Amino acid sequence: MNNIPVREERTLRFHILRHNPQDSESVPHQQVFEIQEADSMTLFIALNEIRENLDSSLQFDFVCRAGICGSCAMIINGKPGLACRTLTRDLPEDIFLAPLPVFELISDLSVNTGKWMRAISERLETWVHNRQEEVDLQQLEAPMEQSLAYSIYELERCIECGCCIAACGTAQMRDQFVGAVGLNKIARFRLDPRDEREDTDFYELIGDESGVFGCLTLLGCEDVCPKELPLAAQLAYMRRKMASV
Amino acid sequence: MQVIQTDVLLIGGGLAGLRAAIAARRRGHDTIVLSLVPAKRSHSAAAQGGMQASLANSNKGMGDNEDIHFADTVRGSDWGADQDVVRMFVNTAPKAVRELAAWGVPWNRVERGDREVIINGEKVTITEKDEAHGLITARNFGGTRHWRTCYVSDGTGHSMLYNVNDRAIAENIPVHERMEAMALIHDGERCYGAIVRNLISGELLAYVARATCIATGGFGRIYRVSTNAIINEGMGAAIALETGVATLGNMEAVQFHPTAIFPAGILVTEGCRGDGGLLLDGEQKRFMPDYEPEKKELASRDVVSRRMEEHIAAGHAAKSRFGDHLWLDIRLLGKKHIDTKLREVKDICQYFLGVDPVSQLIPVRPAQHYSMGGIRTNYRGESQQLKGLFAAGEAACWDMHGFNRLGGNSVAETVVAGMLVGEFIADFCDKPENEITISTALIRDCWQKESAHLQGLCIGGGENPFGLIREMQNTMTELVGIFRHGDRLQQAVDKLQLLLQRSNNLHVASQARGANPELVAAYRVPRMLKLALCVAYGALQRTESRGAHFREDYPQRNDQLWLKRTLARWPDADAILPSLDYEELSVMNMELPPGWRGYGAKDFINHPDAPRREQEIEQLRQSMAGASRFELQNMLMPYEQLMPERYRRRNARLGENERGEIEIRETGSGEKQ
Ligand SMILES: Cc1cc2nc3c(=O)[nH]c(=O)nc-3n(C[C@H](O)[C@H](O)[C@H](O)COP(=O)(O)OP(=O)(O)OC[C@H]3O[C@@H](n4cnc5c(N)ncnc54)[C@H](O)[C@@H]3O)c2cc1C
Repeated sequence: MNNIPVREERTLRFHILRHNPQDSESVPHQQVFEIQEADSMTLFIALNEIRENLDSSLQFDFVCRAGICGSCAMIINGKPGLACRTLTRDLPEDIFLAPLPVFELISDLSVNTGKWMRAISERLETWVHNRQEEVDLQQLEAPMEQSLAYSIYELERCIECGCCIAACGTAQMRDQFVGAVGLNKIARFRLDPRDEREDTDFYELIGDESGVFGCLTLLGCEDVCPKELPLAAQLAYMRRKMASV
Repeated sequence: MQVIQTDVLLIGGGLAGLRAAIAARRRGHDTIVLSLVPAKRSHSAAAQGGMQASLANSNKGMGDNEDIHFADTVRGSDWGADQDVVRMFVNTAPKAVRELAAWGVPWNRVERGDREVIINGEKVTITEKDEAHGLITARNFGGTRHWRTCYVSDGTGHSMLYNVNDRAIAENIPVHERMEAMALIHDGERCYGAIVRNLISGELLAYVARATCIATGGFGRIYRVSTNAIINEGMGAAIALETGVATLGNMEAVQFHPTAIFPAGILVTEGCRGDGGLLLDGEQKRFMPDYEPEKKELASRDVVSRRMEEHIAAGHAAKSRFGDHLWLDIRLLGKKHIDTKLREVKDICQYFLGVDPVSQLIPVRPAQHYSMGGIRTNYRGESQQLKGLFAAGEAACWDMHGFNRLGGNSVAETVVAGMLVGEFIADFCDKPENEITISTALIRDCWQKESAHLQGLCIGGGENPFGLIREMQNTMTELVGIFRHGDRLQQAVDKLQLLLQRSNNLHVASQARGANPELVAAYRVPRMLKLALCVAYGALQRTESRGAHFREDYPQRNDQLWLKRTLARWPDADAILPSLDYEELSVMNMELPPGWRGYGAKDFINHPDAPRREQEIEQLRQSMAGASRFELQNMLMPYEQLMPERYRRRNARLGENERGEIEIRETGSGEKQ
């Protein structure tokens, strides 16, 4: 933090797309708020300041405010990203904020990613499928190679923030499309030897246009993924695997 | 008024709530989970460093077992913990890790052969056994005698929560997200569920349940500088307190974590120090060995945090334009280690500090981190006052952490408590006498009371709820922090009482439909203030120092007067102070009677029973010469009868025989300098 240069204070203009579907009289509109920039200000700090001092009805979601939980994804100057770890010093004086598209709007910048993600999990059955129902917890665990455990973790780092869906051409057109988040999950379970499902089982889940064959390889997803998951490589790999089923 | 019925209502969708829900569901009870946010965004996801369980697979874990985990935990707690509960916990933790492994958690694994690690600032080669290859490995954490903390890089909580949550989906457990429990439905003796607010529509509903379990996590946000998520406002504990009958235990026991980045307060894991990172002062000199020659950077958190503040007060801080801080140095761990085992830390440093920890120092200072206190329960997780009310996880005071919890013991507690308390809840629901008959009038009364309260807030007076929250947070951080003193605590209590009175006169300016964030702040303020008063007043009354509770005016631990748990109640809704009672801990029943922790202050005022109990234990030991460690333990403090049947059995461990002894002896220590 000592390395961050002090800059002259700017006045920031936030242009926020507002709409509250709970209110039958609300119409989508843009509202402008001006605040003074502060040292190492993040959008988390700025939005709270706006709510506490300028408009107490403004809605947005933050939970961990540390870039870990995925709650605060929004469109920041045209691009999906996590608001909590976006520093205002990296943005121009005019900052445009809008809710993520595709997801159900709750109000203002708050969208229902949770509902969407749960539906994807149910549909793709994103859990370890193992015929042996209960493991004997008294016994030593089954061994696994460290390199494999690490590869699984790499794909499991997804935080379901929804950025990849917001940046996806197919998801905007086809509401059944499972998107990079869904396909990445299948890749994760496919890699996991504890999951006994075969490629034919996975094909049932994603072997069509709403799955892996719907992807137009525009690769907006990988560009915006805040966890820098290797989405493009996974999508290509899954497509090859599913095409050979 | 919409009424939803279920057998079990879990308030909280973090690790504790979800795991308890799975237990109850598997036993055939209808279960609904409520959460303020999508369950996977619960604060459990933020746990980085790992989960303690004595698997003893890796070389540095060799010789570890439940007994040592037990002793570390009790010492860590500064003898505040309930030792029965600690025993139940340490015996279940290995099972919990193994269950999570089967459910998909990609725990880091042992790799056979030599590897280089950093211990006490030096490179050391350790050799992992062939037969351990591929088993779950562990890293070092503070206050533990062996390397015991199982981990998934530094995304442990994330992996655990995702896999447990997906398991809950697999078992068809509904999670009602963006729902806030606002009040418990009760008649002073029995709990029947909760009045709940929908945080999308603003609608108020009633959930009626045979068993209600609060698993709402900690209340760190009553402090200004906290590592906690901003939703950690303690609403679960607060609504239990507001019943007027349920008690909160040890609310003054608040943990401060040594390494929150400065000034944002975001955590970087204890794993940084566990893996070999060092603390440096303003002159970039290592200082912990001077204060704590035994454990150095890896003494328990309460001790390290105090030493850091002491060192800052002595004028050795690094200065920045935000104020004083110290440095965390993980450069010596090397790029590869940081890129794979500490990548969340690296991200956090990069995004919030503009620092690359591979080549630069990380500015840190202690910050509020964990709530040892919470809803007081017995070993079954059941409230001692309200039948049908349970609590688990950080929200509970079960009480396995006493006055200081060890790193890695919390996510372990959440899952273990979920497993055990979940079974006890199912047992409770199995019993015909625990069926409920509830009058609709009672539900309607509770609902109407809450509804009228919310409407009242919207008419309101002149106080800004956001402003009151800030004043409370400043008061707590400035006056009820790491170093406490009677005068400052009294000031804090006075100030918080004033704030509580002012909170009767709130003004909600916004009439926004739906959740209305300002209204949310308004109804939470008085609840948070009540919790803050339990903390500050409890701290004022406790005239000793124990674990994380440190009084400059009473620097000694005083077992003679204070080997007891604080119980706070709020019987009169209009009162501005809680009423406090105390629950004695019985030394004569302890497996490990109080003594020196092995780090930190050496002088304390002994309990008169301690020498007697020690003598008794010594005699027992001698009379049982040749007994296995299990037999001995069972003589000292039998606890198995307390456990659910299915989790009673012993844990298999590499090379350990029937008697719990290690058979294969390594030649040498396996460690080469
Ligand atoms: C940054 C950080 C790092 C940590 N790292 C570690 C670690 O490495 N190892 C370790 O052992 N521990 C760690 N801890 C501690 C540990 O993560 C927590 O103690 C633990 O995860 C708490 O889990 P929980 O299930 O009790 O609560 P949480 O995960 O906090 O979940 C609480 C749930 O309750 C819900 N809720 C709250 N109030 C209400 C209400 N009124 N109505 C309905 N729902 C409600 C929330 O939505 C949420 O779903 C860390 C803590 C922090 C802050």
